[in-house]
Amino acid sequence: MSWQTFSIMRFEILLSLMILYQLVADLSEKENKRMVVNATIFIFGIITLIGFLPSEDSSLFGSMYITDGLRVLLKNILNVSTLIILLQSAVWLGKEENHSKTGPFYLLIFSTLIGMYFMISAGDFLMLYLGLELATLPLTILAAFDKKLRRSAEAGIKLMMSSAVSSAILLFGVSLMYGIYGTLHFAEMTLLQDSSALSILSLVFFISGLGFKLSLVPFHLWTADVYEGSPLPVTTYFSVVSKGAALFTLMLVLYRVFGDQPRVWSLTAYFLSITTMVVGNLFALRQQNLKRFLAFSSITQAGFMMLGFVNPDALGMNTIIYFMLIYSLSNLAVFGVLSIVINATGKETMDDFNGFYSTNPRLSLVLLLALFSLAGIPPVAGFFGKFFLFTAAAAKGMYILVFIAVLNATLSLYYYLLVVKAMFINKNESPIPYLPVSGYEKVALSLCFAGIVLIGFLSIIFDYVQAMVNLTSL
Amino acid sequence: MDYSYTILILLTPVILFLLIGLLGDKIDKMHAGLLGTTGLFAITMLSYSTAFSYFSHGTVESFQSIEAFQIVWLQFTDNLIIHLGILLDPLSVMMLVVITTVSLMVHIYSLGYMKGEPGFSRYFAFLSLFTFSMLGLVVATNIFQMYLFWELVGVSSYLLIGFYYERPSAVAAAKKAFIVTRFADLGFLIGILLLSFYTNTFDFNTLTDVNGPAIAQPITNVFMGLSATTWAMLLIFMGGAGKSAMFPLHIWLPDAMEGPTPVSALIHAATMVVAGVYLVARLFPIYSFSSPDSLEVIAYVGSFTSLFAAVVACTQLDIKRVLAFSTLSQIGYMMVALGVSGYGGEAGLGYMASLFHLFTHAFFKALLFLGAGSVIHAVHSNLMTDMGGLKKYMPITHITFLIACLTIAGIPPLSGFFSKDEILVAAFEHNKIIFGVQWMVAGITAFYMFRLYFNIFWNNSPAYHHTPHESPATMTVPLVILAMLSISSGFVPFHEFVTSDGLPLTTEFHWMIAIPSVLVAMVGIGVAAVLYRNKNSRPESLALGMKSLYTLAYHKFYIDEVYLFITHKIIFGLISRPVAWFDRHIVDGILNLIGNTTVFFSGSIKKMQSGEVQWYIWYFTSGVLLLTLMILYFN
Repeated sequence: MSWQTFSIMRFEILLSLMILYQLVADLSEKENKRMVVNATIFIFGIITLIGFLPSEDSSLFGSMYITDGLRVLLKNILNVSTLIILLQSAVWLGKEENHSKTGPFYLLIFSTLIGMYFMISAGDFLMLYLGLELATLPLTILAAFDKKLRRSAEAGIKLMMSSAVSSAILLFGVSLMYGIYGTLHFAEMTLLQDSSALSILSLVFFISGLGFKLSLVPFHLWTADVYEGSPLPVTTYFSVVSKGAALFTLMLVLYRVFGDQPRVWSLTAYFLSITTMVVGNLFALRQQNLKRFLAFSSITQAGFMMLGFVNPDALGMNTIIYFMLIYSLSNLAVFGVLSIVINATGKETMDDFNGFYSTNPRLSLVLLLALFSLAGIPPVAGFFGKFFLFTAAAAKGMYILVFIAVLNATLSLYYYLLVVKAMFINKNESPIPYLPVSGYEKVALSLCFAGIVLIGFLSIIFDYVQAMVNLTSL
Repeated sequence: MDYSYTILILLTPVILFLLIGLLGDKIDKMHAGLLGTTGLFAITMLSYSTAFSYFSHGTVESFQSIEAFQIVWLQFTDNLIIHLGILLDPLSVMMLVVITTVSLMVHIYSLGYMKGEPGFSRYFAFLSLFTFSMLGLVVATNIFQMYLFWELVGVSSYLLIGFYYERPSAVAAAKKAFIVTRFADLGFLIGILLLSFYTNTFDFNTLTDVNGPAIAQPITNVFMGLSATTWAMLLIFMGGAGKSAMFPLHIWLPDAMEGPTPVSALIHAATMVVAGVYLVARLFPIYSFSSPDSLEVIAYVGSFTSLFAAVVACTQLDIKRVLAFSTLSQIGYMMVALGVSGYGGEAGLGYMASLFHLFTHAFFKALLFLGAGSVIHAVHSNLMTDMGGLKKYMPITHITFLIACLTIAGIPPLSGFFSKDEILVAAFEHNKIIFGVQWMVAGITAFYMFRLYFNIFWNNSPAYHHTPHESPATMTVPLVILAMLSISSGFVPFHEFVTSDGLPLTTEFHWMIAIPSVLVAMVGIGVAAVLYRNKNSRPESLALGMKSLYTLAYHKFYIDEVYLFITHKIIFGLISRPVAWFDRHIVDGILNLIGNTTVFFSGSIKKMQSGEVQWYIWYFTSGVLLLTLMILYFN
């Protein structure tokens, strides 16, 4: 393996080494698990840093595998999110009863991550499908990770069955494509065009398959059960990394491979965006359990993401990536605070947060900002993310859609503010006591906090995304 | 000559503000104060050296305006760009000197005056913020930057007036000042937008260029009988009138005296309140060439304010309020001078006189306020009925206060005499009625100032709780310095430096104006001496004799009550209540309906999330099919 190959595939190779390390480290004594956690976080931190080193555009294996500036950027976003999740899960894994789970947890997390990288770097539908399965199967195990809990086992089995169906439909779509185009190679497919009903069917099947992972309505029904049943770090991973990977893959395929015939997919995105925003919001309104609440909130956010697909120009792509970046940091901050609370007290309903500000003012402020960012209140980053998405859709003259989106954004403000109201206004005889925050969690929350506050103002980040999008051809 | 170092004049106070504001609780209070004062001393020295090199190197033919520093801040279109920068011309350099000098004096004075206050370091942080905003305002290169700093000045003034925030009256005063000036700034903003819409520029140098778009290409659009330029300039003047407390937007200034006294000296006497004068002077070529009607308005507003405020000042008992009304009156003089001035050459006398008066007024009015502060510090009361006979207890305060009173009364050879004389000359040449009013006001000014002086320092002492004593050196040293400046600043050859067109102006001495104005001042002083030097019953009988006028003036002609009536009865009662009813019953009703409908729908789709995987897959597959059908139909 030459140095150049390493440089091209560094994300995947480093992660494979990491997985090997986990296999070995799992043999260590129970007392040393703490060290494994520290070492893993340290090594993954270095891997994340290496990801930011400059790279060149290239392809491998007969362009089954593609890498370029944009894909490196997307993987870096996922890397940072994963790193934050690792930081947040350190306390959970450090608990006595979870010591035996440390090895498998890391093993599975990194396996699905590597699958996601292959999805993003795929140059061929077969590669994409392989990556997708590699990403999905470990996730079902992760969902059932608290195997002694009934709801966790249920989450696992539900996820497995639904994802089997979605994979089948996606694969069906892909095989139809093969029937139409005679190839599954992206580079060759871009040269062919077809607008028959069959190609529409195949494309809708493909979008639905990935829409399942993005939890778009009506493919979303697994989301709430799985989010609620899984351990919190896994839920976080679902809502940020898994969703991000699916979104990025969908974006790359639609914009790069089917970029010449955007009508079908932007229309699909139009409908999916409306149903997802509306249904996600309507369900989120009623939730008392914060994990279910965040499941539906993340569904609504996915609806907003689809808004970007309505604009098939580079602008659409910029805004999708930018929004995902901001959504990731905001959601990670919310989950970060939630995980501190759940780890210490096991409380996870909205009423439990009454009077939270009186005992934990700092955590409340972080949560406040993160919720504001999700709701899109200026001047935090979430506002800019949403604003650019709306601009992108409006640039294509989709005013009705933007109007619906604005209505939904307003509606979502209501339930995000419910949490804020609980924390700051509602009185409570016995609020959650003061919670100490570990060093790792502090780092994780500070990263999110800085991102939420700064990203909106640092136009350099949006410019960078734009530059990466414009540079890339396939 | 490279002036880019002047950026330090702006950067230093903002750094001081952040340092003191953030670390104020961590470091010793006195250190915070000393840090602020030392920093300000550095800024003052920088301003002096800037002024020195500007005025000594600049003269070839005339003083050029120099953009010492410029960055692009916002670019709206190719033409409409907002810069942030530093503009040096005679006007802004003169203002730099005035602001830093007075601010430095106030800083030193505050070290003594505010000693032991719980918010000591907060106070110094706000002072730095104010100094920063005010300096930024005067060096602005464009009207938009000026507007930014204009609002910042408003904010810091709000913070300082409300410094004693546990007192309801201070909170109310701060709110009043903020709301009234904000209301005026609305006009300012609309004016800016109008002006830049028609001229496509914010830049002062382009705007005031005699051959530039604002002046050389007059705008023909007419609205309600006035040209668009006149509208713009009048609206901009409205902003200036708000900050400079011109009638009828003056109501906030007397209340603003709730702030600490040094703040009144800095903000409400010497610097912020002259921002309106500065604004008109800055845009003077446009006023003069394109909109002479607005200049007439400015002259009459100024003249009326100066008379009105002088009459009110004669009846007030709170010594700071007397000084506040006297400030109004003196700013009225400056506005009059601008209003009667022309552009360039001999006609520009008024412009020069106005800024000359701004210059001298800053020193003697700051001196008056700081002297009043020293007195209040000694007797713990603002009311002149609680004072009297202080001249034997507080010799330094007494002498400096007397000098300031003589200066404002216009007694030669003190500085107030020279600047006021120039204004009267300019008014005399332009409009005899305004001249007559201003001449009379000069007499009234002398009267109320000496009423104040005699009541504080002569008269009989009331029973003091403890013997008043002279203030510490931190307070008396600034008094002495300012007294020297009040005496000497009249001898500055101002007409050679700051003129409407940058060319030196030759002035003559007008005996025919000077003698009557000194005479009327002497009469004013004499009347005050007769009435107030010793305790007697003459003031009461006089007040009784002119009972209705006295009551009117004592209640400040009920202007505050008029405002209250308009806001509470008319705006709240006739407009706000019906709107509130509509909002509560109609708008809220519709919104509640929407909310309830949403909740209803939310309930009715609840069954979808049944928890049964077979149904999930059913929804999934039928969703895919439905979607395909819809795409096929719409495509």
